[in-house]
Amino acid sequence: MGEAIVITSGKGGVGKTTTSANIGTALALLGKKVCLVDTDIGLRNLDVVMGLENRIIYDLCDVAEGRCRLNQALVKDKRFDELYMLPAAQTKDKNAVSPEQVRDIILELKKEYEYIIIDCPAGIEQGFKNAIAGADKAIVVTTPENAAVRDADRIIGLLESSEIESPKLVVNRIRPNMVKTGDMLDIEDVLQVLNIDLIGIVPDDEYVIKAANSGEPTVMNPDSRAAIAYRNIARRILGDTVPLMHLDQKKGMFSKFKKLFGMG
Amino acid sequence: MAVKSNHVTIKGIKDGLVFLLDDECEYEELLGELRYKLEHSHQNILTGPIIHVDVKMGSRRITEDQKQNMLDILKQKGNLLIRSVEFPASEPEQVPVYAIMSGMVRSGQVLHHDGDLLFLGDVNPGGSILCTGDIYILGALRGMAHAGVEGNEEAIIAASHFAPTQLRIAEQISRPPDEWETRETSMEFAFLQNGAMQIDKISNIVRLRRDFNVFKGV
Repeated sequence: MGEAIVITSGKGGVGKTTTSANIGTALALLGKKVCLVDTDIGLRNLDVVMGLENRIIYDLCDVAEGRCRLNQALVKDKRFDELYMLPAAQTKDKNAVSPEQVRDIILELKKEYEYIIIDCPAGIEQGFKNAIAGADKAIVVTTPENAAVRDADRIIGLLESSEIESPKLVVNRIRPNMVKTGDMLDIEDVLQVLNIDLIGIVPDDEYVIKAANSGEPTVMNPDSRAAIAYRNIARRILGDTVPLMHLDQKKGMFSKFKKLFGMG
Repeated sequence: MAVKSNHVTIKGIKDGLVFLLDDECEYEELLGELRYKLEHSHQNILTGPIIHVDVKMGSRRITEDQKQNMLDILKQKGNLLIRSVEFPASEPEQVPVYAIMSGMVRSGQVLHHDGDLLFLGDVNPGGSILCTGDIYILGALRGMAHAGVEGNEEAIIAASHFAPTQLRIAEQISRPPDEWETRETSMEFAFLQNGAMQIDKISNIVRLRRDFNVFKGV
């Protein structure tokens, strides 16, 4: 029996889909059998980020309404044999499926796959309820901004009152330089308010945008700092203890030497 | 001369009668028995010249209405002149009792409570805590707190980390000035003074004229 993890945030544009795609791909990279599920009906993006848009034949709604079998709707990834995606419908809206239907589909997937990563739409309405219906665990994504933290807090409250066990936090798009100058909330500020376990921090990385546009998840590029961060998160999901990334790593050789000789 | 019974005991004294009323049975039961005794037994002492009566309620607390009910029964006998009714004086000074709750009030959540509340945990921005009495927060107050929601202007709000988005006491609403966030880290509380919201250190809480149990040392 696999484990279903919902990636959610409340606020839009903080990186749910990117996080879903990258955690899913990173888990596949670590040899796990993974299925990504897009529940953002009407505004699907996960297929675009994964570069699988042109392979979609059936979608989540077709499965829910019995127009096809679950296996027919799954899209196999082009890079990994053990990575699949269940796309959302683009022509309908969130009310096209019910939480019970989604729960049944997730239960079905859990028999086949070790990890099911559910990409949740923004908001707290029907789409959110659909997305969390079948999930065992939740990862809440936020950025170091007050508005995102506020919405994450709301989502955590809703998750805590559902059956999902203690949600984990990803702080996305951190800019170390802005944190240092005090212009951006630092991780401690965010954690103090949200008060849940941190499962990863992801630095802001231009490569993520480039990767999303080319349909190639960031994790595939080992030079990207965001990629390392996502790989670390995947390892923590598997239960490894991986220390948090040092954000101010981008120092020149000279400062490294200085530190080595105790002058830094 | 003493007449023994279950709940109502009538005793004769030098200048009248004493009604000793049991203080543990149901009040209705007691009245029933009293009525029965007056109407059906002891006719020899209950009819005749005017007798002074003292009623002793033991430790039973009764309301005005209940007292009146009992007096009405006694007055049915024209010759009984009620001299005194003895029952525990005003309620003893009550030690305030606080409900204790813990957890987190997150954005969008509302915690309602009737009475005073000691809350162990944080109230986050977007979350609210509403009480008819005082609010004491052992934790951070970053959201909205409303004490005395039903109009109690004596209510106060205290928090270990005082950084509310808004404070309300009774009908007063106050938006803290921006510099509050960076105030000293001691525990603070808010109260109303002449209808205006005031903030002070928790150690000055005794200066409020409210009857807290003040510790004065030896």
